[in-house]
Amino acid sequence: MNWEVVIGLETHVELATKTKIFCSCTTAFGGDPNTHVCPVCTGMPGSLPVMNKKVLEYAAKASLALNCDVTQYCKFDRKNYFYPDLPKAYQVSQLYLPIGRNGKVPIQVGSEEKVIRIHELHMEEDAGKLVHDNWIDQTRADYNRCGVPLIEIVTEPDFRSGDEVIAYLEKLRSTLEYLGVSDCKMQEGSLRCDVNLSVRPQGSTELGTRTEMKNLNSFKAISRAIAYEARRQEELIEMDHKRVIQETRRWDDNKDATISMRSKENAQDYRYFPEPDIPPMELTDSYLDSLRASMPEMAPAKRERYQREWGLSEKDAALLTDTRAMAAYFEDTVAAGAAPKQASDWIQGEVLRELKEKSLDIKQVVFAPEALAHLIDLVRQGKLNRNTAVKVFRAVFDDNGDIDAYVKAHGLEQVNDTGLVEQVVSDVLAANPQSVADYKAGKKKASGFLMGQCMKALKGKGDPKVVSQTLNKKLAEL
Amino acid sequence: MSLLDYSALELGRLIAADEVSVREATRTALDAIAAANSDNNAFITVLEEDALREAEQVQAKLRAGELSGPLAGVPAAIKDNICTLGVKTTCASKILGDFKPPYQATVMERLQRAGSVNLGKLNMDEFAMGSTTETSFYGPTKNPWNLGHVPGGSSGGAAAAVANRECWYALGSDTGGSIRQPASYCGVTGMKPTYGTVSRYGLIAYASSLDQIGPLARSAEDCAAVLDLIMGKDPRDGTSLEAPCGHLLENLSADLTGKKIGIPVDCFGDGLDPEVRAAVLSVADVLKERGAEIEEFRLPIMEYVVPTYYIIAAAEASSNLSRFDGVKYGWRAENYEDLTDLYNKTRTEGFGNEVKRRILLGTFVLSTGYYDAYYNKALQVKAVIKNAFDDAFSKYDLILMPVAPTTAPKLGESLSNPLQMYLSDIYTVSVNLAGLPGLSMPCGLDKNGLPIGAQLIGPALGEQKVLDAAYAYQQDTNYHQKTPVGGAKE
Amino acid sequence: MKITTELVDYVSVLSRLKLPEEEKVKMAGELEQIIGYMDILNRLDTSDIEPMSHTFPVKNVLREDVVEDFGGRAALLSNAPAHDDTAFLVPKTVD
Repeated sequence: MNWEVVIGLETHVELATKTKIFCSCTTAFGGDPNTHVCPVCTGMPGSLPVMNKKVLEYAAKASLALNCDVTQYCKFDRKNYFYPDLPKAYQVSQLYLPIGRNGKVPIQVGSEEKVIRIHELHMEEDAGKLVHDNWIDQTRADYNRCGVPLIEIVTEPDFRSGDEVIAYLEKLRSTLEYLGVSDCKMQEGSLRCDVNLSVRPQGSTELGTRTEMKNLNSFKAISRAIAYEARRQEELIEMDHKRVIQETRRWDDNKDATISMRSKENAQDYRYFPEPDIPPMELTDSYLDSLRASMPEMAPAKRERYQREWGLSEKDAALLTDTRAMAAYFEDTVAAGAAPKQASDWIQGEVLRELKEKSLDIKQVVFAPEALAHLIDLVRQGKLNRNTAVKVFRAVFDDNGDIDAYVKAHGLEQVNDTGLVEQVVSDVLAANPQSVADYKAGKKKASGFLMGQCMKALKGKGDPKVVSQTLNKKLAEL
Repeated sequence: MSLLDYSALELGRLIAADEVSVREATRTALDAIAAANSDNNAFITVLEEDALREAEQVQAKLRAGELSGPLAGVPAAIKDNICTLGVKTTCASKILGDFKPPYQATVMERLQRAGSVNLGKLNMDEFAMGSTTETSFYGPTKNPWNLGHVPGGSSGGAAAAVANRECWYALGSDTGGSIRQPASYCGVTGMKPTYGTVSRYGLIAYASSLDQIGPLARSAEDCAAVLDLIMGKDPRDGTSLEAPCGHLLENLSADLTGKKIGIPVDCFGDGLDPEVRAAVLSVADVLKERGAEIEEFRLPIMEYVVPTYYIIAAAEASSNLSRFDGVKYGWRAENYEDLTDLYNKTRTEGFGNEVKRRILLGTFVLSTGYYDAYYNKALQVKAVIKNAFDDAFSKYDLILMPVAPTTAPKLGESLSNPLQMYLSDIYTVSVNLAGLPGLSMPCGLDKNGLPIGAQLIGPALGEQKVLDAAYAYQQDTNYHQKTPVGGAKE
Repeated sequence: MKITTELVDYVSVLSRLKLPEEEKVKMAGELEQIIGYMDILNRLDTSDIEPMSHTFPVKNVLREDVVEDFGGRAALLSNAPAHDDTAFLVPKTVD
């Protein structure tokens, strides 16, 4: 039988605010256990939550960017359950009036375009971290993460493949990163994903019984978990003639399999009700207009513009718009006078290499786009050759050093003195009779060696074009 | 005459004039508490050393001219559900154990800033759930007017301490009548201000949408002075209101000319003790003398207020009290097998019966299948109740009604029938549901010599109107100055 | 409505309370009485009425996103029945 896989996603995204959603504790990642806490986020009796203005702003922006209907009068609700990572024994979340509903996210897989529907987007607080200590056979509860603001984005069951899921998550990540509402770092848990998956015979319109997979902390894990779980369900039905049980399954990266989580001993009945401690929030038309006006140009628009205005290839445009910071670096370099194609080449070549070698994020780069533009300009003017320019780039990259001063101090200006070049070429030819003979005998490779010798004699500062022309001319004359 | 025979404001004036030292006042109160507490059990914690040290500090500030308010140097006592930094705060529950809050409630900061001295923490019904102060893990408080009777609740310790002249004023909390009803049973003046006017930051929540801190004192005038200290917007409480505050005392006026006072006939029918009825109605006569117009009207919501209140209060309580699980603070059961067992044992052994009943009730009304029929329905009826009051206040400046159907019952009579006990809250809970200011003041004694209270209710933020009427009444009567005659058992 | 001991069990599990058998029966009776009384509310037609979760029309009470360090880890941990220098301690939660 041919099976169709049906997937819906619940994605939790940590918002990039400085403080927690309901108290003024820092949201900084890490920190010694229970050092980013206060009476509010540890659920001390008598403490009260006060909503962070930025959380509302970021959640509203995300809702708008994901084409949701924004709930202009929204509220928080309490979700009640006992667990030691939840100090109040309720999570403040939104059930009845989530901030965003009915969103749409267009995605592209290969040449196929598709729209993923967002069921809802709501704000909530994160829970703490539990770490078991085998030595003392006790679990430590660390509340640093309690109250870190999250948005949960719930899709309709619109995905039919793992590739669609990845394309959606890439789109989501890019959108939220561009908005500046989240870092979307999976390794730090700022983007987490639960996958609801069921299978059904091709052509069927009924939904099968679904399982929910948790603990998916990379795109790779998500792809593999989807493939595994779809196959597991198909085989369960087809080979074993069993039914899929609605349950939560944990993805185990080491075993490459999903594992049933022991079903919770107690019934799930969260007894949601409106949070009495937090007054409702009204998002007026003018507030939403101001948010719309403050939204940056998003990646798809930039990609289109880079190709249309600056003639970049689709691939280059995609790479340069991967993050908002990368696009900003590129655009700043162009704005400082560099030709877009040159700026693109330099960023994708030299800048990315430095980032990779030094494990840096583009946001951490101190080397100014203006300096990069200047360097590109020096090459264009013929004052530096490309190889020397790369050397200069590497020398000044870390501290945004003065390019002109460095070039001067190291005597790196390109040699354009044709008399000198002719002299050097003649000397090289005279010193390497064997290579000259090889060249004459048809071994064209020999010219490469001779070119190298010439450049070496010029200490790398020769204009390769001029040197090559001179060398070819002299070889022909021999 | 003992210093304790002065009102809070009178003591404040003596201290300001340096005729009485803060230490002297504090010492006098501590001695009175020591003499009475074994009989009436009004206090859970007495802060002997802390209070005397605080008294010296306040005195120094007074001498340095850093304090000038009318209550500077006047000691107070605090209900034990208000968090006091480093001072045991129990909610009269076993489950909080020796919990010492790592922070100060906003009202405590405000009192401290005004030069108050904290004498100790007052007994109450466990987690403020009860109408008699008999559900306290620390034993019941007894009514100073007759030790065989309850003081009311849940702020029973506060009412008893003020009535018995162990302190000049106290802070209580009122979720469904917990200030007004014990004030009525103990013959003191107590006020629940408009929801949101006093910060709840540091008040251990029972029902968040209804809880409000307020004063119990000897007179409306003293209550006004205390409210001036504690009211005001607090950035740490999202439900606190931006509203003018701090001028109740200076604006206090006994002239009620042109004020319209409504008497809801629905509150004077069946179930109301005839002595209480007569005493409350006689208040109207006094107010009329002072220029008020009195009119009867219908408030056709009274049969719905108790169920609505108990559904909402229990629902919120079931959630608010979930945090007491033996992990972060308070008491933890011994000999548990695993996490679930730890939760079950700690909570089952740590909470008393009334608290457990309300947690189960609240869990029920929020659970799948019952939410709409009970909780959501109650939120709709709450809107109806609020509208009924809005209508009334479009015609009247104030509403006059009883506080409780009877005077203080005997100890041990109430807890056996929970529903009956809930029904006795009929006159107080609607004020919390509608968020309004309500005041209870003494207006007579019954044939057994127990105090009767009358309730004045104002529109939202109408504290001045309420206090003015009570102040006017207390100009012409002396019920508020009466003291318990003996305290001997019947 | 009839409040069975099964229903009491259900809400007890959700509330993490475990009543002894004899208390359970008593509790079921009391709750039945109380809940039965609450059915008075059904006399009132509220079909057109918006549920009122917040009494006053206060809205948008928001704070600025500025970090304040509370600092006192020791003070926060000190009330815990079981804790070490850095964390609250609980029985094993995961397998």
